Amino acid sequence: MNIDGLVLLGILLSSFLTGVAIFFLNEESHRLRTWLNLLGAGLKLILVAALLWGIYQGHEYSFSIDFLPGIPLALGADAHSVLFVTLSTVLWFWTTLYAVGYLEGSPHRSRFFGFFSLCVTATTGIALSANLVTFLTFYELLTVTTYPLVVHRGTEDAMRGGRIYLAYTMLGGTVLLLAVVWLHGLAGPIAFRERGAIESLMATRRGELQALFMLFMIGIGFKAALVPLHGWLPKAMVAPAPVSALLHAVAVVKAGAFGIVRIVHDVFGIENAAKLGVLQPLAIAAGVTILYGSLLALFQDGLKKRLAYSTVSQVSYIVLGTAILGPLATIGGLVHLVHQGLMKITLFFGAGNYAETLGIHRVSEMNGVGRRMPWTTAAFTVAALGMIGLPPLAGHVSKSYLNQGAAAAGQEWVAILLAASSLLNAAYFLPILWRAWFMSPPRQWPHEHAFGRWETHWMLLAAPLVTAGLVLWAGLSAESSFSPLAWVKLIAAREYGP
Amino acid sequence: MPDADYRLYLMASAAIFTIGFYSMLTQAHLLRRIMAFNVMGCGVFLLFITLAARAPGPVPDPVPHAMVLTGIVVSVCATGLALALAGRVQTVTGKTELEPGEDAGGRSGAAHHGSSA
Amino acid sequence: MTFAWAIVLLVLLPLAAAALSFAFPRRGGWLAAGAAVGIGVGTAQLIRAVLADGAQIHQVGGWGAPLGIDLRADGLAVWMLLVAGINGAAVALYSSRYFGMERSEEGRHRERYFWPLFLFLWTALNALFLSADIFNLYVTLEMLGFAAVMLAALAGGRDALAAAMRYLLVSLSASLFYLLGVALVYGQCGTVDLRLLAAQAPAQPAPWVALALMTGGLATKTALLPMHFWLPPAHASAPAPVSALLSALVVKGSFYILLRLWFEAFQVRMTPAVAQALGALGAAAILWGSISALRQARLKLLIAHSTVAQIGYLFLLFPRAASPKAGFLGWSGGLILLGAHACAKTAMFLTAGNILHAVGHDRIKDLEGVTRGLPVSMFAFGLSALSLVGLPPSGGFAGKWLLLSAGVAQGQWWWIAMVLFGSLLAAAYVVRVLTHAFTSGSKPAILNPIPPVMEWTALVLAIVAAGFGLAAFWPAELLRAGAPQAMPFLAGGAAP
Repeated sequence: MNIDGLVLLGILLSSFLTGVAIFFLNEESHRLRTWLNLLGAGLKLILVAALLWGIYQGHEYSFSIDFLPGIPLALGADAHSVLFVTLSTVLWFWTTLYAVGYLEGSPHRSRFFGFFSLCVTATTGIALSANLVTFLTFYELLTVTTYPLVVHRGTEDAMRGGRIYLAYTMLGGTVLLLAVVWLHGLAGPIAFRERGAIESLMATRRGELQALFMLFMIGIGFKAALVPLHGWLPKAMVAPAPVSALLHAVAVVKAGAFGIVRIVHDVFGIENAAKLGVLQPLAIAAGVTILYGSLLALFQDGLKKRLAYSTVSQVSYIVLGTAILGPLATIGGLVHLVHQGLMKITLFFGAGNYAETLGIHRVSEMNGVGRRMPWTTAAFTVAALGMIGLPPLAGHVSKSYLNQGAAAAGQEWVAILLAASSLLNAAYFLPILWRAWFMSPPRQWPHEHAFGRWETHWMLLAAPLVTAGLVLWAGLSAESSFSPLAWVKLIAAREYGP
Repeated sequence: MPDADYRLYLMASAAIFTIGFYSMLTQAHLLRRIMAFNVMGCGVFLLFITLAARAPGPVPDPVPHAMVLTGIVVSVCATGLALALAGRVQTVTGKTELEPGEDAGGRSGAAHHGSSA
Repeated sequence: MTFAWAIVLLVLLPLAAAALSFAFPRRGGWLAAGAAVGIGVGTAQLIRAVLADGAQIHQVGGWGAPLGIDLRADGLAVWMLLVAGINGAAVALYSSRYFGMERSEEGRHRERYFWPLFLFLWTALNALFLSADIFNLYVTLEMLGFAAVMLAALAGGRDALAAAMRYLLVSLSASLFYLLGVALVYGQCGTVDLRLLAAQAPAQPAPWVALALMTGGLATKTALLPMHFWLPPAHASAPAPVSALLSALVVKGSFYILLRLWFEAFQVRMTPAVAQALGALGAAAILWGSISALRQARLKLLIAHSTVAQIGYLFLLFPRAASPKAGFLGWSGGLILLGAHACAKTAMFLTAGNILHAVGHDRIKDLEGVTRGLPVSMFAFGLSALSLVGLPPSGGFAGKWLLLSAGVAQGQWWWIAMVLFGSLLAAAYVVRVLTHAFTSGSKPAILNPIPPVMEWTALVLAIVAAGFGLAAFWPAELLRAGAPQAMPFLAGGAAP
């Protein structure tokens, strides 16, 4: 632990204390709550920027306190952490702004924003965890803090969705706990380390390690929505739009994907995992998930449901990249962690805008919406085209690295899979875009609200425009030295060593 | 004390304890159950006395006697408390027995502290 | 430096306060507050002493064992004192407003008897934790039982009286079984002192029948399945602060004696078969208690049945701690779980009391929207649920983690599955409550406003339960300090 390490604690506390303070706010103090929200989110942004600058200067960050006997609660800032913490902090800021606009006038906002902040605390905690027990702690906290958000509306439907969500994630958490306890019994405290922390067991405990790997993947797979553990995701769509955006792009599903990356890279070590022969089954599970999610997305008329199944599919690109040995595939998977987040959050912001402004919830109601809300629809279009993988957008970068990686590893089936998935992506996104831009609008929208100057509330508009801009930037400047891709290349270089 | 006597006392105390416990389980009337408790207690005290008498030498071991005295104090208090409580039960419910159905637990209806006497 | 005064203070202060509060009923709350502060100071001093110099002994009247009565504070004893102190203080604070809420003759009547009984209960608990011989343990156990029964009868209603009467009869019979065992042990070994018994155990072990009688009696008092039937009605029909005391502390008194018997005095008799048998009963209790908690219609009964399940967890300590391989992991895990359960359960019962008073009933399915009326209380419920389920970083998590680690070290997978499955069941029954409370329906009429102190006491205690896992290394240190020689298993499975 060092003084610099306090920055890590500060990153957690900036949202934790904000959340706690908001709980105690009077329901009516809207202005103060908004300022607190933006202050917390802004402070976190500044601290993360300071962290990045410090790392650039060669500082090392670590923080730990005693926790369980012999096992500290430890935070650190390795390359993986920085990638995920930056993503979640940036997106949290815009999601907060969006949520403030979205929930204007609805009840229980103190409760909502309180848990919203705690949820981000848990996510950044997952990002900054430096050992397995710390990771488990924040992982479970994420479950607990997202449940009230999912059931926020308090309707029968919401409660049912929440129950299913909780059942799946609790079961996942239990399996993960078993895996963590078991591994600790074998190897003692596990701190995350590049190229793995279980080298010493490779010779003697092969069978147990294989079983453990499977348990880890099942435990985390629930959150990462690997088929057949994805059942909760479409049901959790009852949550308000900013929550769905957060769940899909930043918090739960993404934390699951990040967890899989962590376990493969920094607990087992990708080369050890390959020697254990456990990567191929994982790649196949990811492949199945990619196709299954895309196929189901095709048949959804509900816009948010379609996006949900699309998430199931897209997040498994990350898993797929992780499960193929070789630096190029690793880069493709990891960079998609960022790219998918940017694109998916834009799509959910768009969907939320349609619902909030015009009362549109279904794809079949979207005719001509591009003329009524050109800016939102433009952002939506950029993200959707990125998802399909159109160059030069962010999604294209991920897919091309995945393709090259698969070819380098001799896994030709991946190329076919990715092509098929891209076609399916096009098949479920292009009709939406076609309807939005080229079909004529109905005489009356289902539920129109007027928001004055702009096509919708300015907070609702700013967030998707910024994130769509980031999608463009991530794709266009991928080869520059300050892009997500550049950072991911650094991680891959360390993970595979000289 | 000869071994034969010792064994006799031991068996007697066990028998008294068992009779008391049997009544505790089978009797319904609260007064009888309270008496059953006292019978059980007598069994235990007899055992203590027997053990004291077995001590080597002419003087019996005083420690078990002290324990019996303490035990009697405790059991008198317990009896007093139980009698008072049984009296309250009778005043409030009009019965001198506990409902057997409640043994299963959790079916005590709309009970909460608001529904007081 | 000797800290004997602290030991004496811990017993005499609450006893004096109990007597005074009987004489001056209007000052009950203040007397309890004074006792709580004094107990806090005494406990803190004892903890410091035990951590620095090991076990502290006070010979009552200067006689000394074996003839006199010794009071002893070791790591285990001070941990129990601390748990009782935290929960006792919280209950005292809560009760300072609870009984006054009704503003009726009846409420005043109850309050008048509550304070002396409560302080008497606290005296009994402290004396029990400090006792160093099995006969003195009997006396303190009876004191505890009397106070608990009278408190359970305090509500005065039909159900409360019947439940208290049943509780008394069960408790008295169980104590006599224990006393019978004590007599047999004395007959065989010629002493009742825990340390002397342990010292001569290898040459002269206590007879099996004595151990069986004592264990049976104590397990009944602890409400271990299948002797749990008396607990749910007694705990659920009492006033909220009493339910909290009964569930959080009273059942732990007899459990503590079981630990002293099996792990100290009669350690040589602790065979794997005994450990597995006690553990199996615990596992059955987890299943039965959780499943019946799931089926309860009323909140207080649900919480009471959850106590049956959580007691089951405590008994998993036996097979875990009895192994030389991982003894200390299991030992500290079980005892940390005990502390976590006490805090969480107190918080839950206090919350239930708030709900009951605010909306006039505690039917789970009619709690819709109660979150809106009582946000602080429901938050407290949620946090204490976190610990019951065993999610990190709660104390419940730390305890379960250590129990699981011990299970892994021993390679006993069946037990591990049991612990994990029990957690899922616990999640199921607490979520049932939360689901109803969160549902927006017709807002339940808040009949009575709840004094903030009552809501905040529950919340603070819930925060302790949900957060103290973050300092779980500390109780582990405390439990190791001043451990008697007769607990060799403490060496096994030292923290890595």
